[in-house]
Amino acid sequence: MKVAKDLVAASATPMVLGILAEADSYGYAILRRINELSGGELDWTEGLLYPLLHRLERLGHVEATWQTVPGERRRKYYRVTESGLAELAEQRRQWDTVVDALKEIWRGPGDARSFTAIPLGGPA
Amino acid sequence: MTEGQDELEAQFAQWRHYVQRRRELRQTDADELEDHLRGSVDELVSAGLHADEAFLVAVKRMGSLDDLSREFAREHSERLWKQLVLTGDTDGPVADTRSRRDLFAMVVCALGAAASIKVPELFGLEFERDGAFYAPNAALFAFPWLAAFLAWRRKAPRALMGVLLALFALGAVAANAYPLGEESMSVVLTSIHLPIALWFVVGLAYVSDDLRSPRRRMDFIRFTGEWFVYTVLIGLGGGVLIGFTVGTFSAIGISPETFVGQWLVPCGGMAAVVVSGWLVEAKQSVVENIAPVLTRLFTPLFTLVLLAFLVAFGISSGGIDVEREALILFDLLLVVVLALLLYSISARDPLAPPGLFDKLQLALVVSALAIDVLVLLEITGRISEFGTTPNKAAALGENIILLANLTWAAWLLLGLVRRSTPFAALERWQTTYLPVFAVWAWIVVLVFPPVFGYL
Repeated sequence: MKVAKDLVAASATPMVLGILAEADSYGYAILRRINELSGGELDWTEGLLYPLLHRLERLGHVEATWQTVPGERRRKYYRVTESGLAELAEQRRQWDTVVDALKEIWRGPGDARSFTAIPLGGPA
Repeated sequence: MTEGQDELEAQFAQWRHYVQRRRELRQTDADELEDHLRGSVDELVSAGLHADEAFLVAVKRMGSLDDLSREFAREHSERLWKQLVLTGDTDGPVADTRSRRDLFAMVVCALGAAASIKVPELFGLEFERDGAFYAPNAALFAFPWLAAFLAWRRKAPRALMGVLLALFALGAVAANAYPLGEESMSVVLTSIHLPIALWFVVGLAYVSDDLRSPRRRMDFIRFTGEWFVYTVLIGLGGGVLIGFTVGTFSAIGISPETFVGQWLVPCGGMAAVVVSGWLVEAKQSVVENIAPVLTRLFTPLFTLVLLAFLVAFGISSGGIDVEREALILFDLLLVVVLALLLYSISARDPLAPPGLFDKLQLALVVSALAIDVLVLLEITGRISEFGTTPNKAAALGENIILLANLTWAAWLLLGLVRRSTPFAALERWQTTYLPVFAVWAWIVVLVFPPVFGYL
């Protein structure tokens, strides 16, 4: 099972901000961390990650610096900013709402049938 | 192991080369992606793969550069637009200091040009009143500075600098030494032809690094087109600036007319000449040239109009009303046709086979020639009837020069369409012909006034 593209894209920002909130990191490590966390189910590409990082940088949610850690290559490290943490909190609140709602639905009895019973579109 | 390492580095170098060709990806992006790729390779190697295998897998995982560039372009759409001079980031420190030095030289030259036009005021001449002085001299204030900028940029040899200086001095003599009345035809002729003559001096500065090369001459033609487009654009911007200056200051009861008329317009105009030249030099390879695009757009339209004119002329069978204005109009028509021809030559791939556009161009040139022959037949009759004036002689001479150019160009175009002449012949003809225009402009400026008794 792979997670659908739309869902990956929607969860990308909180995912990256969350990982950076743990510790400063760089592109390759972030991607590996995501792989690790999802057991390889989240299909992230470089084309998704780097433009996203640059967008977050432009919006001021992260800061980037080129650094050389001893014994390593020179790398572009990203660090989450105050506004990034605020954004993360906001995203987290929204995701909690979504997840809670979904859990509520799925805990209820006869979940599959209750979907089909609702007429799509409805009288409007 | 080191051999494998070298091979790997070579592969990385090649990969970088591909990445750097993408406009969407900047240097820092390439660095970042390379670091990513290296991380990926390291991991695969530690998992037991050979270096070259690891590289292949890592590149494959990263996906195609097309996809990657597309994703980057979505975030950085501005990169597809311009990347122009004013922003600091260029490709590396060498290009950076060079562009900064260019900028500095340009500012110096632009200030020099702006200051030059105010110098005559020290001798009691006023920009708004002494038109008979400023009109023929206009090009002398700005073009030397533009030529200086270009010659400096190309590190022109000292002897050539001397020639440039001498030619500008000669221009100054032509504009001021002859006793020309304010209302005389010759003043008008000099005002028109001296800028053309001096523009070719600028051209000399432009090609100063390789005087005999036809390629450099073609570059000068391109430069001229782009310079013209930029100057017009800057002029439009200047018009808006003037409009707002006058409007806002008038609203608070201060009249800015003196400032606008005596400072903003003359100084801004002169500076714009240099700034445009610098812009063209700076962006050259960055943005697609606009003059050839305009050419593509207007060649079919002009061809249609000319053919329609010929048809209408044939049907109505009345003569052409060849007053002096008409002759100048048809001169200008030939200039436009020549420009359309030149700028499509300048943008054409020399090795491309003849196509529809070349045929269209042949039709354009031939119809322009046909019209011009009609006009010439009419005008020679007039001149032999009423005698000649400087204006008529100049217009007629220009007509003949353009006619000669276009006739031979049409012949070469025909050869090109029939695949018997290479395109290079056409290009060469035009670049070789350039000095003819220059010489004629100098003749009108230097020889005409005495010959026609300073009329």
